[in-house]
Amino acid sequence: MKRIAMIAAIGILMQPLQGEAATREENIAKGKQLSFNPLKGNCLACHLIQEGEMTGNLGPPLIQMKQRYPKRDVLRAQIWDASAKNPQSMMPPFGKHGIMTNEEVEQVVDYLYTL
Amino acid sequence: MKKIPLNRSFALLVVLAAMFAAVRVEAADYQARVQADIQAFRNYFAAQFPDVKFADYADGVYAIDEDSRQQWKEMEEFPPYALSVEDGKALFEKPFANGKTYGSCFANGGAVRQNYPYYDEKKGKVVTLEMAINDCRVANGEKPLACKAGDIAKISAYMAFISRGNPVDVKVQSEGAYKAYMKGKELFYAKHGKLNMSCAGCHMQYAGRRLRAEILSPALGHTTHFPVYRSKWGEIGTLHKRYGGCSNDTGAKSFAPQSEEYCNLEFFETAMSNGLIFNGPASRK
Ligand code: HEC
Ligand code: HEC
Repeated sequence: MKRIAMIAAIGILMQPLQGEAATREENIAKGKQLSFNPLKGNCLACHLIQEGEMTGNLGPPLIQMKQRYPKRDVLRAQIWDASAKNPQSMMPPFGKHGIMTNEEVEQVVDYLYTL
Repeated sequence: MKKIPLNRSFALLVVLAAMFAAVRVEAADYQARVQADIQAFRNYFAAQFPDVKFADYADGVYAIDEDSRQQWKEMEEFPPYALSVEDGKALFEKPFANGKTYGSCFANGGAVRQNYPYYDEKKGKVVTLEMAINDCRVANGEKPLACKAGDIAKISAYMAFISRGNPVDVKVQSEGAYKAYMKGKELFYAKHGKLNMSCAGCHMQYAGRRLRAEILSPALGHTTHFPVYRSKWGEIGTLHKRYGGCSNDTGAKSFAPQSEEYCNLEFFETAMSNGLIFNGPASRK
């Protein structure tokens, strides 16, 4: 009985972990979609991103994001409201102006960390 | 004793002269303020693109990008707006129901592109060429035309074509004109819309950079060559059609063509291009 209970407990403990791994992949995929979608992030209009075609160059290429943005908060803030750091920024304040939801911004950040 | 009235009248004269001078100086002052803006505007682009000749800014993005300039030159050998100019000529000469033509409203057979936009003191607003074309129709008992594309763009193209080579020379010489100019200037520099963008952001700060595959044109010279046959549109369209497209791109609500907002914007942008020549119509990708 004890053993069964333990297995069950482990099973229950494992479940969220497995779930998390799955949603992490999903989030990255969604983040990529959002970044490429002209009606959402439209990041390619201004940034070079690998696999993106006909990319613009108003902003810097989005590469080596982990190395350049070790702090997630800092990267998230740039997407949420670029004008906080640079009031003249051309980059749309995606979170602040409701172009993307909180969750969507997080997904974009997840994706950026794969670049 | 005799001197007192003389002194008095002298004092009066001085006061009167001062009053006149104040009025005079103010009118000149508006133009001087605008002139200072124009100089700063030109200097900005001169520093940004040291190799570009001032006159070439009338060619829009092709002034600053050699590759697209070559493609454009080839396109201009059989200009896609040629048919529109011909249609515009026929429309211009075709009598209204009352027997008169547009020629009754416009001097010089219609070669008056260079007189627009101007601030009409009596109407208290900026008058554009397209507005004047419609005013002419209404004065002759015809319905006004829609202002984005179609017949109005063709008539405007014909009038631009026969006016080619005349200099841009917008005058801002009254308080009313200056206020309209300032409203246009604000619209140009202010960030608006969901995407928080400004005309100046794309067409000054980032002129020459690529937004997707499109190279951003410098705002200097923006209005010299309209109307424009744009391949993407597949037809000739007015400046205000273009303004509407750019407003939409920023996620802002666009204003109606010939709205006060866009007329003021045209007034400001054209003033910034003073000294260039009118060379419309033009072709664009
Ligand atoms: C209209 C232009 C534009 C769009 C669209 C845009 N950006 Fe930017 N971005 C910029 C500019 C310009 C900068 C340079 C810094 C500044 O001015 O804020 C920048 C900076 C950045 C930075 C910091 C880069 C660095 O090297 O420090 C990141 C990260 C970034 N953008 C991500 C994104 C993502 C993700 C999207 C889409 C969801 C996006 N951007 C959409 C213009 C844009
Ligand atoms: C997000 C970037 C962006 C913003 C903001 C923007 N534009 Fe544009 N605009 C473009 C692009 C791209 C083109 C097409 C390429 C070119 O000629 O610049 C263009 C073209 C134009 C043209 C035509 C130029 C020509 O020679 O045919 C005019 C005029 C113009 N814009 C005016 C404005 C005005 C006025 C505003 C503000 C209300 C504005 N733009 C805001 C991106 C923008």
